[in-house]
Amino acid sequence: MSFISKIAGVALGCALALPALAQPVTGAGATFPSPLYQKWSEAAKGPTGITLNYQSVGSGAGQAQIRNRTVDFGASDAPMTDAQLKENNLLQFPATMGSLVAIVNLPGIADNQMKLTGDVLADIYLGKITKWNDVKITGLNAGMALPDLAIAPVYRADGSGTTYVWVSYLSAVSAEFKDKVGVATSVKWPVGSGARGNEGVAGTVKNTRGAIGYVENAYATQNKLVSTQLRNKDGNFITPNTEAFVAAAQNANWATPNFAANLIDTPGPKSWPIVSPTFILVPKNPADASKTMAVFKFFDWAYSNGGKIAQDLEYIPIPTAVAAQIRQSWVTEVKGADGKAAWPLR
Amino acid sequence: MGTVRIIKPAERHPEPRITLVSQAISAPLTATAPARPASKGNGALGDAVFSAACHTAGVFVLLLMGGIIVGLFVGGLPAFKAFGLSFVTSTEWNPVTEVFGAAVPIYGTIVTAVLSIILAVPLAFGVAFFLTELAPAWLRGPAGTAIELLAAVPSIIYGMWGFFFIVPIMATTIQPAVIDTIGTLPVIGGLFQGPPFGTGILTAALILAIMILPFIAATMRDVFQTVPPVYKESAYGLGATTWEVMRGVVIPYTRISVVGGVMLGLGRALGETMAVTFVIGNANRIATTLFGSGNTIASLVALEFGESELGSLKLSALLALGFILFVISFIVLAISRYLLRPQSFKARTTAVAAVPKAPTAPTATVAKA
Repeated sequence: MSFISKIAGVALGCALALPALAQPVTGAGATFPSPLYQKWSEAAKGPTGITLNYQSVGSGAGQAQIRNRTVDFGASDAPMTDAQLKENNLLQFPATMGSLVAIVNLPGIADNQMKLTGDVLADIYLGKITKWNDVKITGLNAGMALPDLAIAPVYRADGSGTTYVWVSYLSAVSAEFKDKVGVATSVKWPVGSGARGNEGVAGTVKNTRGAIGYVENAYATQNKLVSTQLRNKDGNFITPNTEAFVAAAQNANWATPNFAANLIDTPGPKSWPIVSPTFILVPKNPADASKTMAVFKFFDWAYSNGGKIAQDLEYIPIPTAVAAQIRQSWVTEVKGADGKAAWPLR
Repeated sequence: MGTVRIIKPAERHPEPRITLVSQAISAPLTATAPARPASKGNGALGDAVFSAACHTAGVFVLLLMGGIIVGLFVGGLPAFKAFGLSFVTSTEWNPVTEVFGAAVPIYGTIVTAVLSIILAVPLAFGVAFFLTELAPAWLRGPAGTAIELLAAVPSIIYGMWGFFFIVPIMATTIQPAVIDTIGTLPVIGGLFQGPPFGTGILTAALILAIMILPFIAATMRDVFQTVPPVYKESAYGLGATTWEVMRGVVIPYTRISVVGGVMLGLGRALGETMAVTFVIGNANRIATTLFGSGNTIASLVALEFGESELGSLKLSALLALGFILFVISFIVLAISRYLLRPQSFKARTTAVAAVPKAPTAPTATVAKA
């Protein structure tokens, strides 16, 4: 694969007769956007001359590595706080967005047929709703024959950005969940069973009658898992699809410090309620500005040309207006060794 | 087994040869001392280099061990300081509030390991008994190799096999059936309740049992073969059945080594990570039923490590967990070494003294039978 892609890269390079040599850029962090970064890397190699070496080691490790400046950029699903960014002199901007869906295993229930709300999900994960024929669930799904079956909640056992987003949503819609469980990359679950990775959660839900779990939307569609509708902030039941995800991204309030936009339960009639950006972290005072410029060049290309690839992989591209603000932040925030703005490239 | 191989060729050689060989084996120091002046400087240098290399290797292992223990302890110190003794006794593991207690993983580690031993030992005994006493000669080789191959399968493979093959069977067939039957009984039913996730303490113990089976079976087979044939033949001569020979001669003669082998299996079960992570259900709760989800020290560390920030209390707690696992494993290994020691000692030096002792037990049993 890599050999073939190398040949393809060389052939493309020759065909376009680009003078620039391949410029290596190293990044490390979140596993969730990793497939997209790999694809972008393959596609961007020809036009930008940048070879991206991305290690999907987890958001926590990504933050640690950029703090220690052992990589050119770090990647994290959870945004760093303003204080953390200032302390480590880092610039943060979103690269792409993803969405989570709830998946269920119930006999006779088709994909996106069942309707659920955030309240009900929180109660299930708190152990307050234990049967599928609970009145709170049947009330949302009139006419659907729900069995007298125990609900088996499944969660990510490994620390993960996916869990962070999921509990952020449950905490946003349920004060009790926020109080009893809270928000972190791994939490103390009152009920249920943990599985390792998206594939572990999907496998456990598939194996267990009456199970419910949460996975990245891309994972659910590729593996043909049975997802559910969710009620959004405007009170509409939404089917998880690209249109709903893009609507959430458009309706989010991006005018927040460090682009730490909250895409959980965004308003709007068509918005999917569980969307989250994933972030890139670069030093504001790079020791080698050319490396950081290469990172910018890569994501500049990705914002302009990577949207199609992102959507093919079920990621949500950053809206054009937001990308313009991000490019502006590169100019104003990052200084080269001479103390002047290093971006745009001269 | 080694002694058997030496004796066999010895029977074919003249007497003086044996004494030389046995001298060289039993007293290597006295044998090399006179040899040294005869050789030239090259040999002396070789000896020095070889000796230094061996010493370095030996000391290196000790340093490595010490380094790991100290590293884990120092890394875990902030957690030990923050929570004190309650780190070991508390069942709370809450990354949000940064309160960490290791009671649940310690409990899960010990329960799954002990359960797996309970499941694996009878099976391993059957395998070893079959291979040494019952199997036809042509089958012993292939069956023995198969057992050893089982030991070579990476644990991630056991984990995947367990998750995609055993867990669905447990979830759809075994657990629902057991919950509806045994689970309804008083007292014992309490062990077989809860939602049929398929994963859980019992499934983890089952996978662990399969993983440690080859270690225990291979140890048992090897020590069963060390029983001098003359004891067994004597018992057979008195009219003992195969089972009586096993119970009256082989087991008493090898009991301590067998226990040592079981302890080695236990040591492996305690530290197993990947396979357990797949099938134990990963919940930080004390499981009161065999179908309940739990976790072990190794699985918790493997799962939480990726998202632990450098210098955080969580990372320190994970390192402290590693230290605790080290201590538990050390205790198990120390016990197994202690149990294995008298056997080898007795076999080599006091074989004569053991002769009247070992057969007396079988004769008594045989006489009773």
